[in-house]
Amino acid sequence: MTYQFDFGAVLAYWPLLLEGIWTTLRLTFFSTVFGILIGAFCAVIRTGGSSWARAVISLYVEFIRNTPLLVQAYFLIFGIASLGIRLPILVGATIALTVNIGAYTTEIVRAGIESIHRGQLEAATCLGLSRTQTYLHVVIRPALERVYPALSSQYVLLMLASSIVSSVGVEELFGMSNRIQSETFRNFEIFVVLGIIYLLLAMLVRTGFTLLGLAMFPRRRKLGTSL
Amino acid sequence: MNSAFILSLLKGLWGTIVLSLLTFLFGGLIGFVIALARISPIAAVSRAAAAYIEITQGLPLLVLMGLCFYGPSIFGYDSFSPLAAATFALTLYASAYLGEIWRGCIQAVAKPQWEAAECLGFTRWQRMRAVILPQALRIAIPPTVGFMVQIVKNTSIASLVVGYAELSYNAKIINNATFQPFLYFGIAALMYFAICYPLSVQSRALERKLNVGHR
Repeated sequence: MTYQFDFGAVLAYWPLLLEGIWTTLRLTFFSTVFGILIGAFCAVIRTGGSSWARAVISLYVEFIRNTPLLVQAYFLIFGIASLGIRLPILVGATIALTVNIGAYTTEIVRAGIESIHRGQLEAATCLGLSRTQTYLHVVIRPALERVYPALSSQYVLLMLASSIVSSVGVEELFGMSNRIQSETFRNFEIFVVLGIIYLLLAMLVRTGFTLLGLAMFPRRRKLGTSL
Repeated sequence: MNSAFILSLLKGLWGTIVLSLLTFLFGGLIGFVIALARISPIAAVSRAAAAYIEITQGLPLLVLMGLCFYGPSIFGYDSFSPLAAATFALTLYASAYLGEIWRGCIQAVAKPQWEAAECLGFTRWQRMRAVILPQALRIAIPPTVGFMVQIVKNTSIASLVVGYAELSYNAKIINNATFQPFLYFGIAALMYFAICYPLSVQSRALERKLNVGHR
């Protein structure tokens, strides 16, 4: 084998890589926050709303879950542009990722809500909690806690999948590879370096979710057991 | 709307189907080996399989595509064609997920079944082949059908680094020419939906049907 590996040439671009990592993390953060909000909202409607609202939500969930993220991103980002609306590309990418992850979150949270025992709801009614209070404290919070492991792996996948929006010109971590590629021609080394960074990022995001879980769900922290 | 464009989308759809089938075939074969390696009593083998799964699942598919596209030429092979590189990358990806799914299914076969086979004096392979795998297969069908949806959707990524001409690639080309994103990406999305939705529905129906014994 005669090929000389040259990782130095790629690593010399560390400021670009760092910038890319930052953009990837920001994209992931905002899509996570909006995704969980949309997911929880849609899951509540999906389990307790009027029948036409349920139908609309399930149409949304099924359509997103059965089409590729890439096509959704093209559809939304190029589509919005074709309407003459000028959005910063990062906003467009966040919208596309949020719409996508929102559907998956809805499905996961719905499973959590459906696992809440009827007796809990009856107890909440007996205690005189209002509908909003019941939903916030008796339904959504325990539901989120129960599906938290599934949710966090879904969001690690979201971080990895955010590389796809590089195809519409977002300069996140993967998007930086194009620039470095055209200047160094070290294609293989770039992907090795990117791979290692993504593995570390996946670990980082997973750890972040574990810590967040400990902060959000005291039962887990104090008793060391899940629901 | 132009019939040539529709034809091109249909051609892309065919590319998607070919790539999905190849991925499922090779990913399934390797995934089966991974699943068996994962439950191997030899610690080194099972740890190697676990590491393979961990690493493959921690990489974006795009990075896998890049490694599979540019890697072979470095090790002295001729550069892979886009289809070969895409199949290679998707096979790695699918085998890691299928391996993990099937490991779960094999281990979900009730413990007494393993013990009974052992008591009957079956060898390890006989036990696997005649007792465990037939039962694991039944448990494995719904999640496997569900995972096919992921495969079909992820073939879309083959249009990026390696430039394999499948459905989203052709849709992108048409959009570059016409700039009617809602129309052409909408049609492309509907085509994906037409493949994936029946699979999703089937997966759920099979789960209900095959789960009768556990209800």
